[in-house]
Amino acid sequence: MAIAPLDRNGMAAWCARDIPEGWLVNLGIGIPTLVADFVPAEREVLFHAENGVIGVGPAPAPDAVNPFLINASTTHVTLRTGGSYVHHADSFAIARGGHLDLCVLGAFEVAENGDIANWARSADEPVKQIGGAMDLAIGAQRLWVVMEHATKDGQSRIRQRCSYPLTAKGVVTRVYTNLAVLDVTPSGFVVRDMIPGMTLEALQERTEAKLHAETKA
Amino acid sequence: MIDKFVHSMADAMTGIADGSTILLGGFGDVGIPTPLLDGLIAQGARDLTIVVVAGGRDGSAIERLLSLGRVRKMICSFVRPASLAGRLFQRGELEVDVVPQGTMAECMRAAGAGITGFYTPTGADTLLAEGRETREIGGKLCLLEYPLPGDVALIEAWNADRWGNLTYRDSARNFNPVMAMAAKLTIAMTRNVVALGELSPETIVTPGIFVNRVLHVPL
Repeated sequence: MAIAPLDRNGMAAWCARDIPEGWLVNLGIGIPTLVADFVPAEREVLFHAENGVIGVGPAPAPDAVNPFLINASTTHVTLRTGGSYVHHADSFAIARGGHLDLCVLGAFEVAENGDIANWARSADEPVKQIGGAMDLAIGAQRLWVVMEHATKDGQSRIRQRCSYPLTAKGVVTRVYTNLAVLDVTPSGFVVRDMIPGMTLEALQERTEAKLHAETKA
Repeated sequence: MIDKFVHSMADAMTGIADGSTILLGGFGDVGIPTPLLDGLIAQGARDLTIVVVAGGRDGSAIERLLSLGRVRKMICSFVRPASLAGRLFQRGELEVDVVPQGTMAECMRAAGAGITGFYTPTGADTLLAEGRETREIGGKLCLLEYPLPGDVALIEAWNADRWGNLTYRDSARNFNPVMAMAAKLTIAMTRNVVALGELSPETIVTPGIFVNRVLHVPL
């Protein structure tokens, strides 16, 4: 059976499926932002944007754009009924203070000890792009990462140890890639799900870190 | 009678000294007090340190200020290498201090709140902590951060009355309220002027005690 890696929307949908009603969720820029599009409106999930929006809604109709309302990606959004605004210090108090049930970030690499690297490809990188990732990564109750399983030239992003500068240590709890869903556990990566046609052996071949099969309770 | 309204940009910008630290509200294109930045450019202060979330988009007022060589140092959370700020930094013509965004907000909050330092787990396990004071608290490695006060804050508000009470429009609130608290001289521009008493006390976001001058700049 031929395997078909998921595209960006496919990964976002896979992640969205697992977000239950009632959670407060911060979505990072890139693929994570797409996750909101796959949570059905009747499932009440509150999305938090680091620029102080609680209850981010879908994109506005082209003729109904509010120029004063954007998300962390600086894209125009709407506010859900019941939503609210806070200033930046309170917005990051929400993040740091453990009030987010979940944060979903993109990353360059995730390691089997839960380390995440998502802000620089080298310690010598001259210009730094940190944004809110470090605050979000250390504060949320759960940190999920959505990213391609490998780089464009085939290097596994799922690693025993991160090779890039860390955003935070030991914080990632789950990874959604274009091939699989992996949980980070005390014994390393546990495979929770795979795309159709993928086997544990074939997935391991594409993965630098050791993978463990899920043990059925 | 307390009246914080000033009636010209020149009056709004009076007294901003060379070498000042300027806190600039805004995130993306929202909540940035662009007319006040243009006023600062006209006023002429130089050797500035600016504190702003990101390095300024192409064509932005921040970029104009940078292009005139008026900024010595930028404290921000994000700089694109290809932006003017990124290029100036790589040529050694601009100091850049990149700080996690939540830490940056909290450092200004601390400045306004009289907190002389605080420990945060943000960045403590990263190369940002190299050579700095860390401490394990409650099983978490934490990094010591200091307050970030401003000499001047430039604020964009939506409504203001003559006491300087402010409200903001939607996500244009962002850094503006914490910056208003953290600066010695807070200069707000407002899109709308309302009579004293018109803003409900429950909805005032920045009480006028944190605001020194207000300039009406209609949309």
